[in-house]
Amino acid sequence: MSEHILEIRHLSKTFGTHAVLKDIDFTVNKGDVTTIIGASGSGKSTLLRCINLLETLTTGEILFHGQDVSKGKINSSAYRAKVGMVFQSFNLFNNLTVLSNCMIGQQKVLKIPADEAKKRALHYLNKVGMAPYINARPDQISGGQKQRVAIARALAMEPEVLLFDEPTSALDPEMVGEVLDVMKSLATKDNMTMLVVTHEMSFAREVSTHVVYMADGIIEEEGKPEKIFTNPENQRTRDFLKRILNE
Amino acid sequence: MFAQLLSDIGSLWAKYGTVYLNGIANTLILATVSTLIGCVIGFFCGILQTIPCGPGENIVKRVLLKVLRIIIRAYVEIFRGTPMILQAVFIYYGMPYFFGISFKDIWTVSIIVVSINTGAYMAESVRGGIMSIDSGQFEGAKAIGMNHWQTMLYIILPQTLRNIMPQIGNNYIINVKDTSVMFIIGFSDFFAVHKMVSGAVFKYFPSAFMEMGGYLCLTLLASFLLRRLEKKLAGKSNYELVNTDQLVMTAGTYQYPSDAGAPFDESSREYKGENQ
Repeated sequence: MSEHILEIRHLSKTFGTHAVLKDIDFTVNKGDVTTIIGASGSGKSTLLRCINLLETLTTGEILFHGQDVSKGKINSSAYRAKVGMVFQSFNLFNNLTVLSNCMIGQQKVLKIPADEAKKRALHYLNKVGMAPYINARPDQISGGQKQRVAIARALAMEPEVLLFDEPTSALDPEMVGEVLDVMKSLATKDNMTMLVVTHEMSFAREVSTHVVYMADGIIEEEGKPEKIFTNPENQRTRDFLKRILNE
Repeated sequence: MFAQLLSDIGSLWAKYGTVYLNGIANTLILATVSTLIGCVIGFFCGILQTIPCGPGENIVKRVLLKVLRIIIRAYVEIFRGTPMILQAVFIYYGMPYFFGISFKDIWTVSIIVVSINTGAYMAESVRGGIMSIDSGQFEGAKAIGMNHWQTMLYIILPQTLRNIMPQIGNNYIINVKDTSVMFIIGFSDFFAVHKMVSGAVFKYFPSAFMEMGGYLCLTLLASFLLRRLEKKLAGKSNYELVNTDQLVMTAGTYQYPSDAGAPFDESSREYKGENQ
């Protein structure tokens, strides 16, 4: 049996009286590429933000290697350093160059000396094809390039699992490909453990090892992509896929 | 009339030129040092005021933060809401009165008064500057494991500084002019020189004329330098590629080949020609 990295137990989240997530339970194993699909407003992004502790949970727990990280007993900064996150809106640091964006976390959080941090940053920038742009600032590059830098920034921390919050949703259609290519190579060549919230069904079907379908704050169905996409058990899953794949 | 004015200014300058220059130097030093210290106070208050405090935090931390915020609030309201001339008197004469501390050096007390006055204004400017930063910047920093101080120091405040540079400039120029109230406790700035000289030789208008010109020159110079600094903070407008990006397809060569095409383009005539 493979090693559990993240276990989400009975997680629920309410904003005021509105329950966004209801009793979510699932596990991420080492090397898994899990995609979370579902309609807008189904709580996918909130779930991801809860996992990275950007939102506080209402109830439930998040176990990282069996240890509960959600109650503030362990240092949330140390935990976040091991769980990378790539945002829909990139969130690159506007005051820093591409290279510094990929170095600052290593230097300040992991306390890696500058020359080694630079080497590592360049390694990952190379991987995403952004090494030529090290001297540019975020407002000088395109959306697809920003997202690739954001992926490199997350990778440079050498996290154990990488969370993607709709990484291609804010991009022009012609830029989606370059970002998906990078993610695909991370999944297949580097065996990175990934948790991806996405509307890219082809990515979910071809690259992921596990698909979670969410609706109205609960997990309606989960399983292997072949099963979810060809023979979903749940009527809602079927309706959702029919709607989105026929577009 | 102008000839009279010019000759008066000439004689004043000949006799008291160095005194005026000394006043200008004192004004500039006081305004510059105090604005810088005021900025540091302002940024410090900004960091303290934005320490996150969720409902999940323990009670001690929450109470401490609440008290801290009240103190900063009170500081801002008191020093923003009273005249600096009175603050100077209050501190200069109040300290010996209450604590038996008397200031031997007029510089120390002047810098303290102007700094904390500026700090009160800056605290609000910085707070506004921090609020104007996109929440994504905070989240990006949190997501790679930075704590509040690191996030503020390396990510948020550098951007805030750039955004509130015009405000800092405002404060600096206000300080250049308003340090003139420090004559009340005996600080010999540019304006104090005017009081002293005109009192001695009774040439009020020529001296005031010089003062007006002098202050205007100082503030214009300050505006100019601040603009330059702003531009510098904005960073370079272009960048050099280290080599080429392998993943981005160059526009026009891949998807929309021209009629003539290019040698490296599969659909171009040259390409086909070479193969046939």
